[in-house]
Amino acid sequence: MEDNKIIVKSVKAAYEDQQYGYEDIAKEFGKEKLTKILINMVKTRYVDQEIDQLIKEGTPITQHSTYGQEGSQVVAASILEQEDYIVPNHRGWGWAIGKGLDLKKFFAEIMYKETGYCKGKGGPHLASKEHNLFLRVGIQGSYAGLAAGIGLSIQMRDTKDVCMCIFGDGSSNAGYIHEGMNIASANKLPILFFCENNQYALFTHCEKTTAVKDLGLRAIGYGMPGYIVDGMDAFAVMKVFSDSVHMARSGKGPILIETKTYRFSGHTEHDRFCYGGYRSKKEVDEWKKRDPIKFYIEKIKELHVLTEKEIIDIQDNIKLEIKEAVEYARSSKLPNRENFVTGAYLDL
Amino acid sequence: MGNNKEITFAEAIKIGIIEEMKKNQYVFLMGEDIHINVWSVTRGLLEEFGPKRVKCMPISENGFCAAAVGAAATGTKPIVELMYADFMLVAADAICNQAAKLRYMSGNQYNCPVTYRIAGSGMGAGAGAHHSQSLEALPMHFPGLKIVYPSSPYDAKGLIKSAINDEDPVLFFEHKLLYARKGIVPEDEYFIPIGKGEIKREGKDVTLVSYGHMLNVCMEISEEIYSEKGIDIEIYDPRSLRPFDYDTLYKSIEKTGKLIIVEEDTKIGGVGAEIAAKVAEDKIFLLETAIRRIASEEVPIPTGKYGHSFVSPDKKRIIEEIEQVC
Repeated sequence: MEDNKIIVKSVKAAYEDQQYGYEDIAKEFGKEKLTKILINMVKTRYVDQEIDQLIKEGTPITQHSTYGQEGSQVVAASILEQEDYIVPNHRGWGWAIGKGLDLKKFFAEIMYKETGYCKGKGGPHLASKEHNLFLRVGIQGSYAGLAAGIGLSIQMRDTKDVCMCIFGDGSSNAGYIHEGMNIASANKLPILFFCENNQYALFTHCEKTTAVKDLGLRAIGYGMPGYIVDGMDAFAVMKVFSDSVHMARSGKGPILIETKTYRFSGHTEHDRFCYGGYRSKKEVDEWKKRDPIKFYIEKIKELHVLTEKEIIDIQDNIKLEIKEAVEYARSSKLPNRENFVTGAYLDL
Repeated sequence: MGNNKEITFAEAIKIGIIEEMKKNQYVFLMGEDIHINVWSVTRGLLEEFGPKRVKCMPISENGFCAAAVGAAATGTKPIVELMYADFMLVAADAICNQAAKLRYMSGNQYNCPVTYRIAGSGMGAGAGAHHSQSLEALPMHFPGLKIVYPSSPYDAKGLIKSAINDEDPVLFFEHKLLYARKGIVPEDEYFIPIGKGEIKREGKDVTLVSYGHMLNVCMEISEEIYSEKGIDIEIYDPRSLRPFDYDTLYKSIEKTGKLIIVEEDTKIGGVGAEIAAKVAEDKIFLLETAIRRIASEEVPIPTGKYGHSFVSPDKKRIIEEIEQVC
């Protein structure tokens, strides 16, 4: 009576480890790219520090800092070409700096000046069309819907661009993410769904709200490849993103990448509970030992990519660039009334 | 000169879409079931334009309405069908938070030339509270959106073409009882500008504002009320709800001194509320009597056609109210 047997398929996720060597990655990327990544990581750190200083002085800026996530966000954005798109998320400025935005116009915008990218109307809701950086919208998760559309547009215009859609562990639970990932996969769109898992949505650890620990696992449900990567290790991130960009560009459809990372600071500068409140000081200090920038600098010195002297020069140049950018932003004017009460439509 | 042809409202929209798709290879369709299509508007377009430009979307209204924003902002022109107006509420974030605000927030770097066809609007099919609402007042509240609501095949073709060519997001409302309605439509190309209303019937006693299906109901009763009661109604079809052509309306009120607004939506916070408030603000001195709004009862829409007549303004009620004003 074999025919009468009921067969139920049991679905289990399969993890498969891939191994890479640092030297091989360094060789693959070369000095120029590795240096670019260092510059962008350090620049992001210094920009965050500068913003914090400006806020202390009373400058009105909304800050969701990148501290701790440079190895993830900045590196991923630095892999892209100028024509590639990013739909950025709420956390950090790594996507802006990785994409090569002009720091003068960047600071001007976050300080609401008329010389900013969005003429002072966006502030932290930053966009730069010339870099194909989409607006940093304020609704969590909407990124995936928007990115799916950019993917459709790329496919229709038949270019070889890709779109990177960034979201956190928090917004990974929004219906939008599900809808966008499904549309992207069903249409084989060139999108990198990049889930930056820093473990906290505002003050809430993802364990309290999220059924699975590894968000990259969700790729299975969308029929796309998924990767889970150490977001504190820039080498791992650059390798995974570089390979994924290549895959997406060749028309194989979207990819989900989860980076495991950590938010060193609070949600915003007003967050008084980030160090001993909703998370223990011990936990924060343990993660801080894994500073992605320190780790990266050690590695590139070890691999003889750059010397101590070259690194110090890079750091000094960035400080100078930021100083000039802030001066430019400070001396720029605030927009006039006309700027704010028009511009909802082309002609109104 | 080309010929005129009698076609349905659904065919008029389809012809407008085809004309624009032929002109611009980046105009494309997306929506649920648009290959077969419940309203028949996009039926056959897959065969004509191929799957790349006629994209079937999953039941993910918010997702694909947001996708349309991303696509519109990066060099293409999507025409999105929302199968029922009610589904617009599911896609409220995509339309009201994303499409409406992209140009402004980005400081004019990005814009969003998308057309949302808010199909299957209104009562009349007995489809109940989740498939029959008149939700056109809702998006009117969001600067950045344009809203059009044609009442005839002629207006539908001219307005869909203007909507597709607009550089900002346009919501194109389609009342479900209009799809089969026939009318004369020129075969030559023409556009109806967004924000331009039209006097559909000239009269001297009272100005009646209506749009969509209700406009046609009012047109039907106007002759009856004229021959039986001697009341000569001037009927104004704004065709666009945002921007709204108040100039033409004010000229009419100047002549009649009376204003009635007939809508299928509920009264509180409705389209009529906005028109009445605006007229009262700008031109109250032109009015001889109080403004009268005729709208649906303040309840969700019952399922089944039988219940509709108790909720929606019907001919009898409209006539009674007009008599009270005149």
